[in-house]
Amino acid sequence: MAEVSAHHDEHRDDMASKLGIWLFIFTELLFFGGLFVTYAVYRFRNKEAFHLAAQELDVVIGTVNTAILLISSMTIAMSTTAIQKKDKRTTLVLIGITLLLALAFLVNKYFEWTTKIGHGIWPDSPMLEELGQGDILFFGLYFFMTGLHALHIIIGMVLLTVILVRVQKGRITFDNYQLLENGGLYWHLVDLIWIFLFPLFYLIT
Amino acid sequence: MSDSNHHIVPYRTYGLILLLLLVLTSTSVAVTQIHLSRWSTAVALLLACAKSTLVLGVFMHLKFDQRVFRFMALFVVLIITAVLVLTFLDYGFR
Repeated sequence: MAEVSAHHDEHRDDMASKLGIWLFIFTELLFFGGLFVTYAVYRFRNKEAFHLAAQELDVVIGTVNTAILLISSMTIAMSTTAIQKKDKRTTLVLIGITLLLALAFLVNKYFEWTTKIGHGIWPDSPMLEELGQGDILFFGLYFFMTGLHALHIIIGMVLLTVILVRVQKGRITFDNYQLLENGGLYWHLVDLIWIFLFPLFYLIT
Repeated sequence: MSDSNHHIVPYRTYGLILLLLLVLTSTSVAVTQIHLSRWSTAVALLLACAKSTLVLGVFMHLKFDQRVFRFMALFVVLIITAVLVLTFLDYGFR
């Protein structure tokens, strides 16, 4: 990659590159889609337990994290506009803000999870065993789906850091910014998944 | 470059979309906390669909990109919907 961009007339296919990231996004949507179907079915079969278990989740933390992700989605979208306008400084600042917001999201998630664990709720915990099937399913899906989502956030942070360095080094520029746009598309996917995780786990009780 | 005629989305558009997304989020929080009984689930999910349409359309540029991306996205949404409907046709009538 480094050698390719050293040439001035390098071979590049931005459209194919974008098509590639979209195909990846679709596989991710189907992947999480399957988990949402699983959640819906178990909820349907364990209405009462899911109803009570969902009340355990902290709506305030969930709402704050939703706002954080939505704002970070806006800043990363804006960074593409900034690079198109040849404004490198603003591009770097916007990617930096996105990374900080991602970190804030993870810090919130950390406190949320440790509170749950402090209450004796974690996958396979003795307390869940006592609560019964519905609670095991609800919290199993909660830890798995929010954990998987958090993993996507961490991967996104690595990706955005690579992009940040490349913008800084002048390898992503106003006429070669597909990687930045693709990184943004991935970040929006993470936001998109949360848009459904949030009401399903935190709001609907 | 072949596609140098890229659409530049103004900062203001993104700002407005964020504002809309935050309003929709607060609405869904408010609606579900009030407990409009069985309708709150439907409303929360509808609002989530509205939010994801905004993210897909504007943040992810589907509104401005080539048609092929919109068709592909629609296809995936239809697959997920079909699986959900079929699953519930099964579980709902057992």
